[in-house]
Amino acid sequence: MRRGSRRPVAQAEVLEPQLFPMSEPPRGYQQRAVAVAAVAISLPAIPGTSPESAVSIEMLTQQAKMVVEGAFPRLWIRGEISDFKSHRNGHWYFCLRGAAAQIKCVLWARDQRGIPAMPEDGMQVVALAQLTVYPARGDLQCTITALDAVGDGLWRKALDQATERLRADGLLEPSRKRALPRLPRRVAVITSPDGAALRDIIAVMRRRCPTVEIVLVPAKVQGDGAPADLARAIECVVRWGDVDTVIIGRGGGGREDLWAFNSEIVARALAACTIPTISAVGHEVDITLCDLVADHRAATPSAAAEAAVPVLADARAEAAEMLIALREALVRQVQKRRDRVERAARDLRSSVTRGSERRGARMSAVVGRLHALSPLAVLSRGYSVARDTSGATLGSVTDFTAALDFDLLLRDGVVRATARTVHPASPANEESR
Amino acid sequence: MSYETDLARIENIVGELERSEVPLDDALRLFEEGIERLRTASAALMQAEARVRKLIEDTDGGFTLADFES
Repeated sequence: MRRGSRRPVAQAEVLEPQLFPMSEPPRGYQQRAVAVAAVAISLPAIPGTSPESAVSIEMLTQQAKMVVEGAFPRLWIRGEISDFKSHRNGHWYFCLRGAAAQIKCVLWARDQRGIPAMPEDGMQVVALAQLTVYPARGDLQCTITALDAVGDGLWRKALDQATERLRADGLLEPSRKRALPRLPRRVAVITSPDGAALRDIIAVMRRRCPTVEIVLVPAKVQGDGAPADLARAIECVVRWGDVDTVIIGRGGGGREDLWAFNSEIVARALAACTIPTISAVGHEVDITLCDLVADHRAATPSAAAEAAVPVLADARAEAAEMLIALREALVRQVQKRRDRVERAARDLRSSVTRGSERRGARMSAVVGRLHALSPLAVLSRGYSVARDTSGATLGSVTDFTAALDFDLLLRDGVVRATARTVHPASPANEESR
Repeated sequence: MSYETDLARIENIVGELERSEVPLDDALRLFEEGIERLRTASAALMQAEARVRKLIEDTDGGFTLADFES
């Protein structure tokens, strides 16, 4: 109903002529004035036509409000924010400015829910405005019910502010990122039960690694209540705890569709998750808050599934390679001993042929080494290992001091012993272990 | 996480056997431990076909896994 959009009927003109100062062209004004005067004579009580019938300010402003609201439908207007104030009562008051004009605006607290962040002075915005009169002040003003920055300013601002808060709490530290298990037994997937994301994740995991168990944790991923539901699902998984990796995500969508994953409560719940997390919000350009706090970020749900589980055949091949590596390492251990025995034998031969004056001493030293290193001697006769009380091997006389308590490990038990005196052998012996 | 604990330990054992000369029975003991851990790790690779289930939180705070038709 747009009361003021049509000209007031003649009767209204007659009754309240001065409350409706229409900016009509001068033509006819004279006649109207005459007509009003004529009626005024017959109806002396017309308000405002004489000092005696003066109207109240309340009536004036109330009438102005009705006319203005009737004359202007709700309109999108654009301008620059200035004098922005967020009142204690939750309402926002500001001016919208053009180059050479401005209008006061109010945005009630109840209408702020869909606005991602508080605007600030200097911001170019578009606003859904109802022009009205505020009778208490006689001000012409706009009641704003929707507002967005030109471009994505307010979304960006909301995201930046939340990011800063998370950063301030240390939740974005790279050191917080945990490694994902290489072969999870169970993977929890927090997403919509009937979305493409779940189907993609199941398909990829079945193809790569059919040993894994997938556990769906249903959650609302968009629309009202999605952030709270996602946070609840994360907390539910944490309480349950019987899972190795958590994937949270959804398929691609518009900015509004993905917005729940930019919600601070979801990001904080994810950061607090005790199980390694992968975020999988299907998008290319923007990074969501969930991406920032998750241990691993995947660009799509399929990529998340690939990051979560290995290709089973590869893992089996890796295990087979490890078996080979183990065997070879053991063989090499034995080989090393054989090499040293052979080297010692060469030393022995050369010392014999060289006929040095220290021949006798060297010979006995080399024979000692030969004996000590021979795997045959070790295997056939067994040997003992001296260890200090902390378990460290005492391999040299330099490890001993007089009166040192030590354990002597034999094939069939331990002898607790105390060193009486320590006698280093000839220098040749120090080379061997 | 036991899978990677096992793999990491095996890698560690191989490294130790390759790097230094270990007393022979220590070497044998390490080798045996490596084989045992490899057996455990491999068992995880041989399990049956995966299922998709749904987590349901019970009213008493417990959890149930229900089969989920995908």
